[in-house]
Amino acid sequence: MFITDTKRIIRSGYRSFMRSGFTSIASILIMTITLFVIVSLIFIQTTLNTALTDIKEKVDVTVYFVPNASEDSIQNIKVALEKLPEVKDVSYTSSEEALATFKERHANDYLTLQALDELNDNPLGASLNVKAKDPSQYESISKYFENDSALTLGSLSIVDKIDYHQNKVVIDRLNSIINGAQRLGFAISLVLIIISIIITFSTVRLIIYMSREEISVMRLVGAGSKYIRGPFIVSGILVGIMASIVTTIILFPISIWLGNQMTDFIGINLFTYYKANFVQLFIIMLGSGIILGVISSIFAINRYLRK
Amino acid sequence: MIYFNNVTKKYDDDNPSLEDINISIAAGEFVSIVGHSGAGKTTLTKLILAEEYPTDGSVYFESTDIHKLSKNELTNFRRKVGIVFQDFRLLPNKTAYENIAFAMEATGKSDEEIAEDVPHVLELVDLSNKANHFPHQLSGGEKQRLAIARAIITQPELIIADEPTGNLDPINTNEVVNILKKINDLGTTVLLTTHNRSVIDQVNKRVITLENGRVIRDDKDGKYMI
Repeated sequence: MFITDTKRIIRSGYRSFMRSGFTSIASILIMTITLFVIVSLIFIQTTLNTALTDIKEKVDVTVYFVPNASEDSIQNIKVALEKLPEVKDVSYTSSEEALATFKERHANDYLTLQALDELNDNPLGASLNVKAKDPSQYESISKYFENDSALTLGSLSIVDKIDYHQNKVVIDRLNSIINGAQRLGFAISLVLIIISIIITFSTVRLIIYMSREEISVMRLVGAGSKYIRGPFIVSGILVGIMASIVTTIILFPISIWLGNQMTDFIGINLFTYYKANFVQLFIIMLGSGIILGVISSIFAINRYLRK
Repeated sequence: MIYFNNVTKKYDDDNPSLEDINISIAAGEFVSIVGHSGAGKTTLTKLILAEEYPTDGSVYFESTDIHKLSKNELTNFRRKVGIVFQDFRLLPNKTAYENIAFAMEATGKSDEEIAEDVPHVLELVDLSNKANHFPHQLSGGEKQRLAIARAIITQPELIIADEPTGNLDPINTNEVVNILKKINDLGTTVLLTTHNRSVIDQVNKRVITLENGRVIRDDKDGKYMI
């Protein structure tokens, strides 16, 4: 009995989906737009996150040591820094390397190089470049230097300067931009998704509204609520499946184009991303398509099934 | 079989659509209800199907009050009643065969029964060669014959035909009335509403005349009187 009913409901839903022609195409298109919005937002979020991670990577703090600081004590500090939980990476630049970099950078600046030659000593000190796991942690790292007595050589500090204080404003602003961007991105995504869901709901509702006569006839012929609702839900599922397939296909040329043209600009090759996450993305589309189709059908039809 | 007990139906406060109706219809009867447009014929059929609820009084089918049935009981009750409408009300996305099969599927008949009964009833209404046509491919008379086939396929105890000939030419009207008479001869109760004089004269059975929501005549073998 149950199996026969299920079979009949599926067959009936499939037939009405196939025979409704234009109506089915219209609802697939609307659903496609919704799914497209959802996936685009995933793309945008990914791009945003990549960009933010890139920026975070570029933020660092450099500790400059006085030229006569011994390499041993600097290496000790490096080891101590690496033990801090906030620190991701520490790289050491010796004073010779600093000089070489400086010369290279000013290769065309004859005057500067000449001035440098006048000095017999290397005026540049060694430095440690510190990267934190999160930009908000630079402050506590720089404080570490101010408080630690191991950093003093006799009564003089071997630390020449920490450029955190120069970068502080930039780092703080960057932090608030990153937080803001993430929050704004989430809010926009939420609003767009809600809007497209409402559009899908209204479309399905209109389509079922066109069938209200049919529903009343079915009731008068003695069909139970489940038997009337079933085929509409099956149609909704089919719309969801078709829309997710259409969206998947549409996304190929779009992501190829974005991959070819925009990779440098947005910092991530979306086609590579699409290919790499194809299965997850397809499941997300299929899942949201089917769920949207089913829920909107149930909501729309229940209006006409009340006595 | 059907009893109207002091039934009044008002759609608005001032003008009752039906007022103080007392009718009893026995099993196996062929009852025609006549009256001008707006006399209350359609409201009467809607009350029987529980599409509308009476403002006052009650309608009984056998010994049950139709308007006190639960949703599921109502579905079961409707399966005992076949309905034919003036505007056919076929399912537009289903072929003639599927329209009839749907009524059987809805009542939980097996696939074998459906495969056996549907061609039979299509033959009865002379639509065997149009089984795979959709409603929009059928003429008015054919649509109404299909609607009758759908109404009788579940072997209901009562057939309600609400102005079944309203949209048909005289030849098709004749055919539809003959089919209804044949169904009645086989033992099914038929309730027919119409304002067509020739239909009443052709049927030549009990006629109830409604005017302004009241029963003004109830004749055993009536003629069209208004």
